[in-house]
Amino acid sequence: MTERTLPATPGQTVGPFFHYALPYPGDNELVPWGSPGSLTLRGRVYDGDGAPLPDALLEIRQAGIDGVVPQVPGSLRRYGVPFTGWGRCATDNAGEYRFSTVEPDASFIAVAVFARGLLDVLFTRIYLPGATDSFLDSLDTAERDRMTARREGDALVFDVRMQGEEQTVFLDFT
Amino acid sequence: MPTPLDSQATISEEIATYAKDPSGPQPRLDYAPYRSSILRHPTKALKQADPEGAELLAPVFGPTDVDPLEADLTIQDGGEPLGERIRVQGRVLDGDGRPVRRQLVEVWQANASGRYIHQRDQHPAPLDPHFTGMGRCLTDDDGRYTFVTVKPGPYPWKNHQNAWRPAHIHFSMFGTDFTQRLVTQMYFPGDPLFALDPIYQSITDPQARERLVASYDHDVSEPEFLLGYSWDIVLTGSRTTPMEATDD
Repeated sequence: MTERTLPATPGQTVGPFFHYALPYPGDNELVPWGSPGSLTLRGRVYDGDGAPLPDALLEIRQAGIDGVVPQVPGSLRRYGVPFTGWGRCATDNAGEYRFSTVEPDASFIAVAVFARGLLDVLFTRIYLPGATDSFLDSLDTAERDRMTARREGDALVFDVRMQGEEQTVFLDFT
Repeated sequence: MPTPLDSQATISEEIATYAKDPSGPQPRLDYAPYRSSILRHPTKALKQADPEGAELLAPVFGPTDVDPLEADLTIQDGGEPLGERIRVQGRVLDGDGRPVRRQLVEVWQANASGRYIHQRDQHPAPLDPHFTGMGRCLTDDDGRYTFVTVKPGPYPWKNHQNAWRPAHIHFSMFGTDFTQRLVTQMYFPGDPLFALDPIYQSITDPQARERLVASYDHDVSEPEFLLGYSWDIVLTGSRTTPMEATDD
């Protein structure tokens, strides 16, 4: 029986004042910056006018280089702990986020997006260049491109567009 | 010249229009009375997807991540904050009523005067040198969390003219599945600002938004020390509409 009996608690916006509470030292550093095999994952978050969001927050969840999604604690105090496969990054004044992580042996990195002005969490996926799966196959070419990170030097770049023609593909897991 | 702010009457009219056509238990993302949402809500439909891979597993937190003292917001800064001392406690459950065990809960809030320590908060109410207004804890084996803090004050914001947020505590929760991630706000019973607030009213189903209001709980209150509030949280997954039991 998977029938649900309790109604969900509704979400609410993260608001403008999360910066002293949710970010913490090392939050976006899933592996140390510049360590062997590390990857910079970065991008910008834009509103419907193309203006960057300086008050958004992204969280990522991913497998490691072995394809395993870690289930180990330590994300809040990373020093000396193994890769946890989870990180958090608030956008800066230019709307930019950046993570130091590894390229997973998986097709995508899962993403949760929060922002002032956004009344509930939104989910998306950052597909690795060249990745494919049945969900990606179900999209049209433009959507597929918007869900796939591009490689720039040693970094993967993935922008989030909250609305409009180029809107990021957001997911409904209902 | 900045555009003059709309009046509360204009916002309340818009709230009333949306309320005529309630749209489910989650907030509407396209909710114009909350002006900041206008350019920040998706205008294309979300795509149905089945959770896969990393989406099936929430991050894991443990005693190395959180110090138990972080659950007491009244002892963090070398003195007692001003305000009404309270305990807020409850359980984090999944849609089947199972406790979400040993999982991270984060909170942040304004002080008793309605002022956040955040630099962007320019409300001319006093900061409290003994209150930062953020806390963390891990749920126990019964899914229970508990925080000691002071009751936050309502505060003004610039959504419209004479806009005031009802007093609230921001809550951030993780389930067992990445798609159960929830950030929300807990409110206090009987707040006269509920009807006027476009963030609270963005949940257009009245029963659903009442689930964000804690109950005063005299069994949690402690003599000569603090007042108790209870609030349970149910995480069912992303934008899920719970199915009603059919065998009643």
